[in-house]
Amino acid sequence: MKVRFWGTRGSIPVSITAKDVRAKIAAALRAARDRAQPIGDDAGIERFIDSLGFAVSGTYGGHSSCVEIETGAEDTGNEHLLCDMGSGARAFGQRMMERYGPARPQTYHVFMSHVHWDHIMGFPFFTPVYIPGNRIVIHGCHAELEHAFKRQQAAPSFPVDFSLLASTIEFDVMAPGDTRHVAGVTATTLKQHHGGDSYGWRFERAGKSVVYSTDSEHRLENAEETKVFVDFFRNADLVIFDAMYSLADAISVKADWGHSSNIVGVELCQMAGARRLCMIHHEPAYDDKRIDSVLAETRRFEEITRGDSALEVLSAWDGLEIVL
Amino acid sequence: MELSSTQIGAITVVAPKGRIDHAQAPLFQQAMQSHVAACTQEGSPLLLDFSGVDYISSVGLRSLMLIARSVGAQKGKVAIAALQPTVREVFEISRFHLVLKVHDTVDAGVAALGTAA
Repeated sequence: MKVRFWGTRGSIPVSITAKDVRAKIAAALRAARDRAQPIGDDAGIERFIDSLGFAVSGTYGGHSSCVEIETGAEDTGNEHLLCDMGSGARAFGQRMMERYGPARPQTYHVFMSHVHWDHIMGFPFFTPVYIPGNRIVIHGCHAELEHAFKRQQAAPSFPVDFSLLASTIEFDVMAPGDTRHVAGVTATTLKQHHGGDSYGWRFERAGKSVVYSTDSEHRLENAEETKVFVDFFRNADLVIFDAMYSLADAISVKADWGHSSNIVGVELCQMAGARRLCMIHHEPAYDDKRIDSVLAETRRFEEITRGDSALEVLSAWDGLEIVL
Repeated sequence: MELSSTQIGAITVVAPKGRIDHAQAPLFQQAMQSHVAACTQEGSPLLLDFSGVDYISSVGLRSLMLIARSVGAQKGKVAIAALQPTVREVFEISRFHLVLKVHDTVDAGVAALGTAA
């Protein structure tokens, strides 16, 4: 399986500003100026860029939640898997149109954590929904699933009504704990703590597993509840986890806001024996330097609390690919 | 949960020992109840001597948050002192150094609580 992140920001899309870009260029030029050796040819430039660190040479990006899972199964036809339809779905749709064009119909299975705006706002800009022959199946556990998608495209909020979309769109309202077998993958869902509820997803295929757990406030003081999530995360190759706040914020001023922390993410993954933790749903107020710093601190926390086996800790960025 | 307490002047110094993990945190909180109850505006300021604590989990930190909140509601004073290096790191990573005033030593904590308005 391969996981590709199209949207990693929490709550609302953000963009780096001209000031941010200028600060990155200035940092790169300072580093170039201070070098003892010349940078050299194009390969040297690439090596120099890599040496700058991600907060200078790249950006975590600003699209809201959208994660693609390439199953790697050979017999799945033209089926694609996606978690959530945040603003990152627009870029994903563009990629699909470049690859397949309008003449090669595809099927898109979308697994929804919930229907808050930042998780559905990419749908009206997901070009495949306008192309006849494409099939979009939206899986989720909210009874209001269909209503939420139709309402955001109704006048006066959007110029193209849902009824005018040319693709075939289906809504699959599931019960918590239900399972689906799609594109060679088994998908299971679990109810999570979030305003109006949210649902985590576990995807399994050929001995590999990915957990997508965003917009979830994990309360580890409840042992029974913790056990349920530890079992859901058990031995996962990758846990994609909402680590939006610091622990202090998550259990004080932002308690009941429906999000978790890096500390709780590490603890849950350690208890579950997961292999990798990838933090997502970045706080929109954080710049690249701050997210980098949270990543470094989280890796250190994992190191000082490590048991028998190490947990790899990553921080998702728009465009990141993880091969399992 | 092993926990001892001493009185240094007006300050009650409480010293837990060992790990405050998910299993121990409720016991720690329970053992702290009488000290927290006494930590009012007119009562004894409370200093947690963490020199004997070698690990604290998120649930343990939540217990500290509840203690700080209760003491705050009573207009009492509470601080923490003598964190082991890794516990101090956990405090900083979790931002709990912004929740509770952290002192390097028990003496420094006692002095600060004794003179704080």
